Amino acid sequence: MKYLNDALVMKRMGSRLKSNRIWKAIFIIATSFALLSLAVLLFRIFSQGLGYLNLDFLTNFASRIPEKAGIKAALVGSLWLMAIVAPVSIILGVSTAIYLEEYAKKNKLNDFIRMNISNLAGVPSIVFGLLGLTVFVRLMDLGKSILAAGFTMSLLILPVIIVAAQEAIRAVPNEQREASYGMGATKWQTIVRVVLPAAIPGILTGSILALSRAIGETAPLVVIGIPVILQFLPTGVFDSFTALPMQIFDWAKRPQEEFQFVAAAGIIVLMTVLVFMNSIAVFIRNKFQKRY
Amino acid sequence: MIQLKEKTAPKIIVNEPKKVITSPTEKNVVFKTANFDLWYGEHHALKNINMDILENEVTAIIGPSGCGKSTYVKALNRMVELVPIVRTTGEINYRGRNIFSADYEVEELRTKVGMVFQKPNPFPKSIYDNIAYGPRIHGIKNKKILDEIVEKSLRGAAIWDDVKDRLNQNAYGLSGGQQQRICIARCLAVEPDVILMDEPTSALDPISTLKVEELVQELKEKYSIVIVTHNMQQAARISDKTAFFLNGEIIEFDQTDKIFSTPADQRTEDYISGRFG
Repeated sequence: MKYLNDALVMKRMGSRLKSNRIWKAIFIIATSFALLSLAVLLFRIFSQGLGYLNLDFLTNFASRIPEKAGIKAALVGSLWLMAIVAPVSIILGVSTAIYLEEYAKKNKLNDFIRMNISNLAGVPSIVFGLLGLTVFVRLMDLGKSILAAGFTMSLLILPVIIVAAQEAIRAVPNEQREASYGMGATKWQTIVRVVLPAAIPGILTGSILALSRAIGETAPLVVIGIPVILQFLPTGVFDSFTALPMQIFDWAKRPQEEFQFVAAAGIIVLMTVLVFMNSIAVFIRNKFQKRY
Repeated sequence: MIQLKEKTAPKIIVNEPKKVITSPTEKNVVFKTANFDLWYGEHHALKNINMDILENEVTAIIGPSGCGKSTYVKALNRMVELVPIVRTTGEINYRGRNIFSADYEVEELRTKVGMVFQKPNPFPKSIYDNIAYGPRIHGIKNKKILDEIVEKSLRGAAIWDDVKDRLNQNAYGLSGGQQQRICIARCLAVEPDVILMDEPTSALDPISTLKVEELVQELKEKYSIVIVTHNMQQAARISDKTAFFLNGEIIEFDQTDKIFSTPADQRTEDYISGRFG
């Protein structure tokens, strides 16, 4: 008894192949749509901004006159911000991940904490801005300083770093830990000599991607209320400052058309910084990836 | 002779004075297990285990999958405690001290009781750094001493000639059998008293298996060895004593030739003759 009728199989062949081709086309269209939008965006920014992008743009302070407007204060401000955010968020995030993965017992409370850290990564950035305004700016009286904004941004990306570091630590095979414990190593020695060296590429990749999110984030800075027109550079972490996305946002909402071009030039600078940071992440991932 | 610096608290005596040998043929007891029970949560994995493991002997543990043989070996260096839901009662005495007593630091025990695992698990480091890992965690920094330990340990594991020219290469470049001997060398570098082996050849090809078996024969001159194996011929070839585990109990524990020629229990005979398991 044959279950497949050869004639019917051949008859259906055509329509099966046709639906195969249709689905392939749908996926190609979806991909092209994303790529095309990106290309249009890039073209618009570069065609508008390139004319204004020169050395003066990088070394001038903000100005009312579009031709004299520069991004120096915002660029330096963003670097100051990163100088706070990077150490605070990476140290806190990696330590938390080590505790959760290596020390914390597997019980309901810790499962609840783990789940909520993942949820925190999805909380809108403006909520973190409000938290920063309440706690750091007002309660701790740090004002609209680099420190206040840096702490706020650190909180914002902390969950992302914790989750990335947890995944990197979890990816280290248990046999490696057992080998270390089996020779009488303490937990700390095992973490420092076995777990972290293997997990560091993953941790750094996740951290850099999180930092590049922080450098482009605007909403928390708007909520904290940092200024946009500054004619001086910050000299310390308690100084007031401005940042790249804030400056771009301010230019983009001005009525004069020329400022749209200035904003586009600012976006090019911001994107260059982001591409640079992401390529470091890719480089680290490719260079230090370990196999087991 | 290289002395490892002890980093543990000074109040802890690492080596109990060895017992006086009462007759020339009697060997010292290394591990004395008395009325030992172990649970994984609700599962009663080891039931009333009583056995003595003697110095400079190879003790093989055989039995079907899930009989508790690996669990028992991992209890001897308290590696079972990595599973959070483990509970134990009874005692395992290592050279006269109960390893489960509150003042026995697990790091101290594992320094004396080394372990070789089922799957070769070298670190993704150079061969040299793999072997030097143990001495380093115990505080040895002197390069010359480390060099000596590395060579001695690799020779001890019969792999020095294979790797002496590429000590700085990643241990992952070696074959499975070589990796396992690197792991044995890494274990020797801590100068343990006992070596636990949890199915050390189950992931290896027959030739590598043979090399590891020969190595075990050499190592028992200096160390006491407990080896878990699925392979009954292996137990018969290399061990002095054999324990047969079934469903968490010791069915029979005796001289290996006795177990394999005239077992006292019907179940042992059924198992070694391949009727189950």
